[in-house]
Amino acid sequence: MSNTSQIDVGYVAKLARLELDDASKDKLQHDLEEILAYIEELGELDVDGIEPTAHALPIYNVMREDVSKPSFEREVMLKNAPGTVDDELLKVPQVLPGEGMS
Amino acid sequence: MAEYDVVIGLEVHVQVKTNSKMFCSCANRYGEEPNTLVCPVCMGYPGVMPVPNKEAIDKTVVAGLMLDCEIAKYSKFDRKSYFYPDMPKNYQISQYDLPFCEHGKVKIGGNKGFSGKDLPPKEIGLTRIHLEEDVAKLTHFGTYSGVDYNRAGVPLMEIVSEPEIATADEAYAYLTSIKQIMQYAKIGNCDMEKGQMRCDVNISLKPKGSSEFGTKIEIKNLNSFRAVHKSIVYEIKRQRRGYDNGETFQQETRGWNDDRGETYLMRTKESAHDYRYFPEPDLLPVTFTDEDVEKVRVTLSEAPLAKQARFIADYNLTDYDAEVLTQNREVADYFDAGAVLVDTPKLLANWIISELLRELSEANISIDECKIVPQQLADMIKLIENKTISGKIAKKVFSEMFSSGKDAKVIVEEQGLVQVTDESAIEKFVIEAIENNAPQVEQYKSGKTEVLKYFVGQVMKLSRGKANPQLVIELLKKNLD
Ligand SMILES: [Zn+2]
Repeated sequence: MSNTSQIDVGYVAKLARLELDDASKDKLQHDLEEILAYIEELGELDVDGIEPTAHALPIYNVMREDVSKPSFEREVMLKNAPGTVDDELLKVPQVLPGEGMS
Repeated sequence: MAEYDVVIGLEVHVQVKTNSKMFCSCANRYGEEPNTLVCPVCMGYPGVMPVPNKEAIDKTVVAGLMLDCEIAKYSKFDRKSYFYPDMPKNYQISQYDLPFCEHGKVKIGGNKGFSGKDLPPKEIGLTRIHLEEDVAKLTHFGTYSGVDYNRAGVPLMEIVSEPEIATADEAYAYLTSIKQIMQYAKIGNCDMEKGQMRCDVNISLKPKGSSEFGTKIEIKNLNSFRAVHKSIVYEIKRQRRGYDNGETFQQETRGWNDDRGETYLMRTKESAHDYRYFPEPDLLPVTFTDEDVEKVRVTLSEAPLAKQARFIADYNLTDYDAEVLTQNREVADYFDAGAVLVDTPKLLANWIISELLRELSEANISIDECKIVPQQLADMIKLIENKTISGKIAKKVFSEMFSSGKDAKVIVEEQGLVQVTDESAIEKFVIEAIENNAPQVEQYKSGKTEVLKYFVGQVMKLSRGKANPQLVIELLKKNLD
């Protein structure tokens, strides 16, 4: 019951800001279709009478109290950054103002 | 020219006031050195596990109840995919189909709107309130950008209205009301300059009475209520002109340039995000029983409108007084604390509105920092009520209280300001005033009774302001007629 033509690797790559050459595009299209077909096998299960759930585990309300603890050293946290601005900000290629979430 | 209905919906983001961030224990604090409140969780390092902050969820429920929402029995978090350096995981933890709160409402109007025109009472529906994590702050330099993750992971509520707002004034009033309620319930500080409250506008026009919606335009980057108001006024004009000229509109996102007072195109529908929400597998669902919700409901603070109604009913205040006194929770609490101590709460209200609030704004301090505590102001009011001092003397006493924090009684005694209510003492001043002002006596006798005011002034001067004004008038009339 697989429906494998539902993925467009070119579009997914665009969303993920990935540039793919034709060879990798073909390969990934094939791989992802196989993965989706594998997932589709779940459709064969009989789920009649089973309550839908948003999570596999029947556990709820796992939270922590609102207590703040010391953060990590800035130097340590910025160590993996490709670059910094004055060792204070993480440096990234120019992005368009306003494209972000807020 | 055709007539149009304006359809506006607002998305308001409010940072929740907590000690720690939403999913990690870094401090939730504004104004620290960049990237000093960060850890692998809020910087999105691979393999980290988020753990939700109970306080942030509780405060979201409080917000929901204050805004008449239903609290979901079962809710969950989802991942919202998007690629931008302000969210290093490449997804934001948010809520998609099962938010904490739904179907609320906000009451607005019944007074003057921001433009000065009357704003009739109206209820604006709330679609939902969900909880998510805030993103990092970006600074744009010439050829690169810098990221500060201190803000990333701060608990952020998104409050979404129904598209039921029809004017810029209604939008302004809606935002004012939301902010007031957030501050009343101590959910967030809502300081827009600090980004603690942010607003996006969705606006479209459609031919009057039509049931079909027009093309939705989103306006982003609005960092004051004034900017929201101005951008809506601008956008209504722009779209109306366009439709009148037979133009069609594309769904798009526009920015607001405050200096130029106009909106500008940011992105079109073709470049719109496709967020690909899916359930956050690292977080477990959250459930609330009716009992849980009722437990929170009984702890709710009185809503601003309820407080207004109570002030009018219990303390005989005017609509105006009640509105001014409830604008800010601290002022309302101050009045409440003093009102039960005096016989005439209306007099206390007048003093707070016309004197205390003015002095506070001149001194640029909040009512919490004021040296006069409610008990002290109430004591001063009592001195007026029992005629120990006149209203005029009280002004002198008040300004001394404001600067020194001394009790009214002490100031009155130290400076000998007790009102003279002894008739014979006042009559002495009255006779003296009459003797010294023969020409005015003539005027009075020839029918110019308005010179009585002049005599009152003279008597007050002679008594150094201490004579009881009613007695002065009585005795003047007695001696002049
Ligand atoms: Zn952190």
